[in-house]
Amino acid sequence: MLAYLIRRLFISIPLLLGILCLSFLMLKLAPGEPTIIQQDLQARATGAQRETLRQLYGLDQPLHVQFGRWLWRVVRLDFGRSYMPDGRPVLDKITERIPITLGLNLLELLIIFFVAVPLGILSATRQYSAFDKSMTLFVFVGFATPDFWLALLMMILFGVQLGWLPMSGLRSLNFEYLDVWAQAWDVLSHLILPVLVASFGGLAYLSRLMRGSLLEVIRQDYIRTARAKGLPEGEVIYKHAVRNAVIPVVTLLGLMLPGLLGGSVFIETVFAIPGMGQLFVQSAFSRDEPVLMALVVIGASLSLLGNILADVSYGLVDPRIRVSGREAR
Amino acid sequence: MSGLRRVKRTGQILEEGIPSTGRPALRRGFFWRQFRRNQLAVCGGAVVLVMTVAALLASVLAPYDPGAYDVTQILMPPGPAHWLGTDQIGRDVLSRMLYGARISMAVGFVSVGIAVVVGTLFGTVAAYYGGRVDEVLMRFVDLMLNFPRLFLLLTLIALLRPSIWVIMAVIGLTGWMGLARLVRGEILSLKEREFVLSARALGARDPRIMFRHILPNALVPVLVSATLGVAGAILAESGLSFLGLGVQPPTPSWGNILIEGKANIEIAWWLSVFPGLAILLTVLAYNLLGEGLRDALDPRLRQ
Repeated sequence: MLAYLIRRLFISIPLLLGILCLSFLMLKLAPGEPTIIQQDLQARATGAQRETLRQLYGLDQPLHVQFGRWLWRVVRLDFGRSYMPDGRPVLDKITERIPITLGLNLLELLIIFFVAVPLGILSATRQYSAFDKSMTLFVFVGFATPDFWLALLMMILFGVQLGWLPMSGLRSLNFEYLDVWAQAWDVLSHLILPVLVASFGGLAYLSRLMRGSLLEVIRQDYIRTARAKGLPEGEVIYKHAVRNAVIPVVTLLGLMLPGLLGGSVFIETVFAIPGMGQLFVQSAFSRDEPVLMALVVIGASLSLLGNILADVSYGLVDPRIRVSGREAR
Repeated sequence: MSGLRRVKRTGQILEEGIPSTGRPALRRGFFWRQFRRNQLAVCGGAVVLVMTVAALLASVLAPYDPGAYDVTQILMPPGPAHWLGTDQIGRDVLSRMLYGARISMAVGFVSVGIAVVVGTLFGTVAAYYGGRVDEVLMRFVDLMLNFPRLFLLLTLIALLRPSIWVIMAVIGLTGWMGLARLVRGEILSLKEREFVLSARALGARDPRIMFRHILPNALVPVLVSATLGVAGAILAESGLSFLGLGVQPPTPSWGNILIEGKANIEIAWWLSVFPGLAILLTVLAYNLLGEGLRDALDPRLRQ
């Protein structure tokens, strides 16, 4: 297993390099240069000053030199400075946003888990009942609902019509002047809508998965044995079946973890939450190359890591899936 | 020419003669019976049909010119004059949504078309030649799959200036990898069949064997995944438009009407509710249709 893990990690390195190389080329070959935006803001900049600016960012070097330099710095965890007027180190900009995005997404995972599993159990134990059928419909609707639209609907209902919850940001303007409990409620009330909306799609998907998994387990011999020895149905389901059926759900949730760091672009944009997704959209709009490249490094490595974890964990959870000694795909 | 045709026909008969491995013959009556049994899929198909007709006939059906503004009718709630209300410069929302349906359908079909062509080409060539070619092509598929898709979409569009053609191309070119893997799997098993051998024995060259003999037998899963792909593409377009990176105003699209909905969220709920409902319905319909087609055409994949 360890040998397999190490080999997979080594195979991933060229893939990661390929992705980085492609994104670098994409950013560089697109028409225009990042310095142009800065120049447009400074109409009086002379040709010599522009050249200085290009030299400052190393844009006068050939592409392979630029890429090599950038890569060498990234290996030492130096992502450079943002092209935005604040010019702050990219790493700072990212690390201050990680807790927000991560917190939001962990809450989302918790809600998904504690709602999706019971829903899945209920529809599996009442297969083809009215409840099960409406759950099936809910799953299809969940897949088809754009989360940014659901966010707007929730804002209209709870923010505008009922006026119960705030509609954007993480804190109220008067946050500083509130006492501790009011501050806690303030943050919590700002989180309710984004977390609810973000969990909707995952909820549909995971409750479906739980249902399928439980239906499969119920068909197995040891469940028939449990029933045959006269255990009450509730005990059969909740003590014997659910424990095994929940494994794939937990695995999948675990695998979603790395992807969560990327944040939800739409949720964060709609609710004006200063997380990773928002940073990404802002950087794409303002062509902040160092930040964009740093986000690609993070996103691609996490995605590759997630794939490896998936393959390994499927093997661990289900011994029938053997990790082959040779190339496994 | 005619010799090859005859052999191809023989090949198909041969295929039908092996019930255990052969795909069930695509008889129209059989397909219809299977498909009609699935009421949800039939509903989905009906909605798709209605949406497509509405998009095609937008210029006839729309009560107003989608670009015509009327400053005396700003942000009117739904009523007899404007069934779905008006926006912040007094344009009729229903008319704009009908024209927006054109955008959604066009983006859906064209980008999926691109994805199907690229994915099928990659999958077929990789599986048919195998070995080194397969290795290189599938590594590239792996690479694209691990590329954060949203990064590709947003960055490409932000850098290239959004236009409807860029959006179609970018959605298509970032969405073909699943299809390539699917087609590769199909072709891998198909290329070992006797009818391929017989075609080769008759001197048919590689491109002809690949695209005239093998590929047509792998089209069913492609059709199913293309139908599901249209749903994904429509969702992607509306999302990009909502972020301001999609179809640019004043051209109406479901996604960019929602931008106005967000801007006027305190006073004009109808600007948010209806376009999103249209997206939801259309995506849902394509998904149901796709699942129904899969169940009816390819019983092996039935859940």
